[in-house]
Formats: sequence, C-alpha cells, structure tokens
Amino acid sequence: MRIWLIHHRQAAALVLRQFARTPVATFLTMLVIAVSLSLPAGLYALLKNVNDLASLAHGEPQITLVLASSANSSAIDDIRARLQKYADIAEVRFISREQGLQELNKDVGLGEITAGLEKNPLPDIFTVRSTHHDAESIVRLQKELQALPKVDAALLDEAWAKRLEALLGLGQKAVLILAILLGFALVVITGNTVRLQILSARDEIEVSKLIGATDPFVRRPFLYHGALQGLCGGILAWAIVAITFHLLNDNVGKLTDLYSFSFLLTLPSTTDIAGLLIFGALLGWLGAYLSVGRHLREVEPH
Amino acid sequence: MISFSQVSKRFPGGFEALRDVTFTIEAGEMAFVSGHSGAGKSTLLKMIAAIETPSSGSVVVNGQNIGKMSRTAVPYLRRNVGLVFQDHKLLFNRTAFENVMLPLHIAGFDPTEGARRVRAALDKVGLLNREKAFPVALSGGEQQRLCIARAIVNRPSILLADEPTGNLDANYAHDILEMFKSFNQVGVTILIATPDPTAAREWKARLLTLNHGALAA
Ligand SMILES: Nc1ncnc2c1ncn2[C@@H]1O[C@H](COP(=O)(O)OP(=O)(O)OP(=O)(O)O)[C@@H](O)[C@H]1O
Ligand SMILES: [Mg+2]
Repeated sequence: MRIWLIHHRQAAALVLRQFARTPVATFLTMLVIAVSLSLPAGLYALLKNVNDLASLAHGEPQITLVLASSANSSAIDDIRARLQKYADIAEVRFISREQGLQELNKDVGLGEITAGLEKNPLPDIFTVRSTHHDAESIVRLQKELQALPKVDAALLDEAWAKRLEALLGLGQKAVLILAILLGFALVVITGNTVRLQILSARDEIEVSKLIGATDPFVRRPFLYHGALQGLCGGILAWAIVAITFHLLNDNVGKLTDLYSFSFLLTLPSTTDIAGLLIFGALLGWLGAYLSVGRHLREVEPH
Repeated sequence: MISFSQVSKRFPGGFEALRDVTFTIEAGEMAFVSGHSGAGKSTLLKMIAAIETPSSGSVVVNGQNIGKMSRTAVPYLRRNVGLVFQDHKLLFNRTAFENVMLPLHIAGFDPTEGARRVRAALDKVGLLNREKAFPVALSGGEQQRLCIARAIVNRPSILLADEPTGNLDANYAHDILEMFKSFNQVGVTILIATPDPTAAREWKARLLTLNHGALAA
C-alpha cells in the first residue's frame, strides 16, 4: 500500500515535470482536446437553456384535471385542498361543469347545439399552473396529479409538450453523436501524444524493464499523462463554454428584450461540470491505455 | 542456483550463438566466463536475467525456469539479479544519483532509506563526490563504475557482470574485482564475462570457456 502510494506520487510528479518541460506543446494539445470537448458540452448546456426558454416563450403550460362524474362537492373540496398544499403548484382554478357549458355557449356560439342536449356532457375540471418551467418537472407533476382519487385524467397542453419533446430529443441526439465522435478524436489525440512520449522515453523504458520494472510500473506515468491531459482539456473546455456564453448573453439579452421578456443563458451546473471533467479524464486515460498497450511491447529490451 | 542444461540459442537470422551448453553454478560461487569476441558470453549472461530465452534446453535460475516463466514474473526475478551491462545502459538525462536510485525506485523503496543506500553504493565504487554529475560528464571508467553501483544497490543475490573491467586501467580493474570478491564473500553469486581468462586464475575462481557458442571442456 505504501509502495503503491509512493509509486503513484512519483508517477504524477514525473508527468507534471514532463508538462513543465514542454509547456507550449502540452498547452496546445490540451487546447485541441478542450475544443473537441467544448462542442458537445456547449451544445448540451445550450440545450438546457432552450428547455427553459421554450417554456417561457410558449407561456406557462397548464395542466387540466378532468374529474370523474362521480365526484360530488365534498370530493371537489377535498381535491382543491390537496392541490393547494402542493409546493410546485402556483395557481389552481376550478371550472364547474355548468360554468364550462356557459362558456362554451358564450365563447364558441354553440348555444343551439348544446341547448338540444338533455344532459350536460362536460366534466368538472381544475386547471393548474406549475411553479416550474421545464418540461421534466411539469410532466412529473402531471403524473402525480393523474394519480389523485376522483381524477379521471390530467391533461397537459399536448402541442406544447410534444413540440418541446421533439426539439429536445433532436438536440439530445445531436449532443450524443457529437460527444461520441469527438470523444473518439480525444482518444486518438491522447494516444498519439502518448505514443510520442513512449518513443522519446525508449531508453528509460528499456533500462527500467532490465532492472525489474513491471508493466504496470512502466505504464503508470503514461496513463497519468493521458488522464491529466484529458482533465486539463475538460477544464479548458468549461472555460471556453463559459466565455462563449458570456459573450452570447449580450445578444441574448437584446433579443429577448425585443420580445419583452428577460432571459439569459445560464452556465452548466456543478454536476455537469464534474461530469465533463470526469469524461475528459476517462477518455484521456483510455487513449493512453490503448496506446501504451500497443507500443510498450515494441520496446522490449535486448 | 544457476543451471544450464543442453542450452542452445539460435537467433532469428539463423545464427547459433550458444550450442548445447550445460553447467551449474552453486549459490555463493564466483565464476568467470571467457571466450573470443562473439563467442556468446553476453548471450549467456542475458539468459540468466531472462533478457534472452533459450531456443532449446533449459535455464533454471533460483528455481525458476527462464523459458517457461510468465511475463509478470520476470521483473521480480530481475530485481534479484544485478546486471552490469557491457554498454552500461545508463540514462543520460538523469544524474549519477538518480541512475543508481532507479532500481530502488522501481522496487518501491522509501526515498530516505533509498538515498542512504544509493550513497553507500556510490561510495563503494568511488563516485560519491560525483553524485550530481550526468553520465556524459563521466569518463568511460566512471560510467562503468556507476553501472556497477546501480547493479549492487538493491543487494541482489546474483551479480552478472559483462566485461566490467573493459574500460578500466589495471589498478581500477583490480579494485573492482576485489569488490566483487567481497560481495561474493557475503554470499552473492557472481558471474563475470571477460575476454581475458587469466583473471579467473588470479582470483582462484572457476572458469567457463566459450568457443563459438560451445563450452570448452
Ligand atoms: N539479437 C541478435 N540477433 C542476431 N545475432 C545476435 C544477436 N545478439 C547476438 N548475436 C550474435 O551472437 C553471437 C554472440 O554474441 P555475444 O554478444 O553473446 O558475444 P560476446 O561473447 O559477448 O562478444 P563480445 O566479447 O564482443 O561482447 C555474435 O556473433 C552476435 O553477432
Ligand atoms: Mg559481449
């Protein structure tokens, strides 16, 4: 365990010294990695913003609760009381079946047709507005309300939900494809820098093996190299996204002012940033691992 | 401890560097291998450290069969075998101190304890005052002594020296062999390759003579 710790510390120190020895080349490689990471990361962050923006632009969606015909006035009061206790419900409105019929007559001018009906076909309904704007929370709320007793259905403004869903689905697919393609590029870039490292450390590897270095010992600094390079690339990628958003926000502000609502791009959350860094480090490690596996055997001692 | 039995080595080009070599060196023995240039001395030593494998026959070192060892076991065998290379194999981007530290670093030594051992080894070969020098700044003989310091620093049970006195004048050569003798006296098995067979007589050690890859009787 102690030996293991010492080895890891020494490998990390070795890599940092290597970085320090070739600062420009190291920085340029990290920048290339950062650019390839920043594209999917930026798009992903943008997508989250589109989600928010879409709900703002389309007005807040309302959920319509269709009550069962068996719901009497005490059941209705009960449901109202429950709805008012929900933290994520901003507004509750009740429209009784009679009110509904009146509105129908008045607004749509279907008076003649409805007058011919012997029974009011409309149900009692509640309309509910969520405090949230994003599709995910609203759909979650819809599902919860659906489960209430005496509620036949909880309906969401479908066009709104479908449009947003389609848009987000498209965006998510694009992010995924970009992430896969550019992740592959990252693995190749790391593999190549590690290959150069191995070639320039040929003597060192050969001598180390001759005096009893194990494969993991020889491999370790290169894995560190790849992972650290990927991690730094991830940090730079985040910086690129942050700066880009900052620059874009000037224009976004002006644009949304024209539409008389205010909206600014928000940066990715801490979890998303952590994910980006881990993704970068893991891919860097993978690139190094594949490269070391391929080239280490070429450096067998003689 | 070291046992060759009917060992032959044929290189990929078809050249046969060792033919039907059989001998045993007991633990704690000191022996010389001599022979003309190209006789197969280096090849024989390399087999003991699993750097070359026999084409036929078997080489057993510390109870392990070199030809049948797994790749992962080789490093641990090598940590127990000190190697003085004919071409030194020093790392030119590291100081003398760091070169000697490398085997301890690989074996996972505590750095403070390691530094103490490195200085002791450098002292033995008379290079303590050059610990900060890079190998290019050392003479041929000093490089050879540095290589010896690296070979002994991990206190191996077997020491293989490939022409360790090749670049040294008679005095230093004598000192080096004296040093090997003292290692031998504390139980280290020693095998020295040298083109000059008279050293064996001088040190009253066993002599194996190679002639075109075959052991002379
Ligand atoms: N990797 C190799 N491939 C092909 N032939 C080789 C290889 N290594 C050594 N040989 C040949 O095997 C023969 C023995 O080589 P070796 O290095 O063992 O000789 P040596 O006795 O150490 O000679 P010297 O005293 O010059 O060091 C030589 O003829 C050499 O050319
Ligand atoms: Mg030789």
